[in-house]
Amino acid sequence: MTVQPLSSAVAKSTGQEQGDPAGAGPPAPARTDAAPRPAGSRLRRTVRENLVAYLFLAAGVLCFALFSWYPIVRGALLGFQQVTFAQPAQWVGLDNFQRLIDDPLFLTAWKNTGYFTLLALVFGFAAPFVTAVVLNELRHGRSYLRMTVYLPVMLPPIVTMLLWRWFYDPGPGLFNNVLEVFHLPAQQWLESENLAMVSLVLVSTWANMGTTTLIYLAALGGIPGELYEAAELDGASIRQRLWHVTIPQMRFILMITLLLQVIGTMQVFVEPFVLTGGGPDDATVTVLLLLYRYAFVYNDFGLASAMSTLLFVVLGLFAGVYLRLTRTKG
Amino acid sequence: MAAETPVRTLIAPAEMNRRTGRFLYRFVLVLTLIGFTLTFVFPLYWMTTGAMKSSAELADPDPTFLPQSWHPESYADAWTNVGLGHYFLNTLILALGAWLTQLLVDVSAAYALSKLRPLLGNVVLGMMLATLMLPVSALLVPTYLTVVDVPLFHVNLINTPFAIWLPAAANAFNIFILKRFFDQIPAELLDSARIDGAGTLRVLVSVVLPLSRPVLAVVSIFAIVGVWKDFLWPMLVLPDEAGQPITVALNRLSEFMPANQLLAGMAMAAVPLLVLFLIFQRHIIAGLTAGSLKG
Repeated sequence: MTVQPLSSAVAKSTGQEQGDPAGAGPPAPARTDAAPRPAGSRLRRTVRENLVAYLFLAAGVLCFALFSWYPIVRGALLGFQQVTFAQPAQWVGLDNFQRLIDDPLFLTAWKNTGYFTLLALVFGFAAPFVTAVVLNELRHGRSYLRMTVYLPVMLPPIVTMLLWRWFYDPGPGLFNNVLEVFHLPAQQWLESENLAMVSLVLVSTWANMGTTTLIYLAALGGIPGELYEAAELDGASIRQRLWHVTIPQMRFILMITLLLQVIGTMQVFVEPFVLTGGGPDDATVTVLLLLYRYAFVYNDFGLASAMSTLLFVVLGLFAGVYLRLTRTKG
Repeated sequence: MAAETPVRTLIAPAEMNRRTGRFLYRFVLVLTLIGFTLTFVFPLYWMTTGAMKSSAELADPDPTFLPQSWHPESYADAWTNVGLGHYFLNTLILALGAWLTQLLVDVSAAYALSKLRPLLGNVVLGMMLATLMLPVSALLVPTYLTVVDVPLFHVNLINTPFAIWLPAAANAFNIFILKRFFDQIPAELLDSARIDGAGTLRVLVSVVLPLSRPVLAVVSIFAIVGVWKDFLWPMLVLPDEAGQPITVALNRLSEFMPANQLLAGMAMAAVPLLVLFLIFQRHIIAGLTAGSLKG
């Protein structure tokens, strides 16, 4: 749970570098034993070495077993159970799923989440790309710009949300004051059914675009300059170069971040939880917010787990595409 | 990065040197500098100075750029009167504990997987890496139920820092980058230490760890930042208010606190990470980009 989007996103892409965990790293170094040992003790030595190795591995395996592997298995089963703290879990088959579908908020939550994801892609995908392309051309102030764009990533999300809640405030809030300077009408931001989701996406984009921008910037730095020179000799304009050199060269990394972003934004929670609480009129109830309510407000862990299972299946589709892409390319 | 030779990018040097090119370049540069400062730095300025405004000034629908009267004491009030200092120290304990646990557990696991290479080690590694593919939120409920009643041990970790520390240690990303780094350390070094009579633990402490400073820095930063920023998980597993980190406390108290003290609290929750970032910028950015690309 403490794995942050940042590190897990990074990990997800690095995880692929290895490709095959079985062939990870260089082949086992052939131990050049200085002195040949008596053959009889060989088995004992192997057993001893393995024991020592597993001693070092024990704490890690125990942590994974208890807080990762076991919850995975349990999570798969929980959706089909009724869970209360009072009595042992009972099998209820597909009841939880039936109850989910009967909940009118269920469809709303998925629709809202889909809308958030779509908007987040429009903003959150274009903004870092444009930023990275511009930054890559600038010869001055690069490290300052790179630093500032990453600053929000270092803020605790709760601080970001409380800060923006203040900016969105219709009274003394900054945004309506800025609008006023330009003689634009004041907005209800978080209280407006139409604007609430957009407001959430704006915060989310502000908070997270630093990571993507830096990844793009690194990828842009890897494009061979000769490609641009060749395109220029062929008479390609700057826009054509962007279209025919930059974007094709970035295609892989763009695909990867696109998928990771879909996976990440579909799990949006803190934004609606802190800023709108799901309102106004359920316009910002997301899948994870509903899941949270099921589990930790109504203590219906079975129902929440059924929701997790569905979310997992949907995200699994994207993860599957991601895996295929990185496998073939890696 | 300061002394990098200009690499050919989208726009040709010749295009840059033309009159319109130079003008456009300066225009875009200034626009970007101002835009970025306004977008990403100004909110932080607004937060830290807002904390020093009086409540009446904060509620005024016409905001002032500089506080009319300075009230730096709202920081002190938030720290002592509201008790944010207490929550701040809680965060510190949670973050440092998670950092130590992660280093202890993940370094020894990566060392075993990389250098001791036990039977089925690759299977274990594969099972660990597989967990990275799972969306965190799908495991929220089962992990919570596990923490309420840990299998085998039958203890309840709710309201104890172990509920943060132990799940954080099950971090496949850490083990993966540590192992990848350890793999590059030549076996000859380890063997010669062994011949000199060093035991397995001694080799780790005196040979492997000193060579691994860069990767240890990356793991440490991510560990501390991760716990410091976390909100949902500590809110769930630390319902007892006295033990909550500042992020959870801020959200709970935000409705009741005077606006200037809330802003002071937000600034205090943010400062350690911002300082960490300013000091370790290079490590963080390098870790981020090297980790995500084919580095």
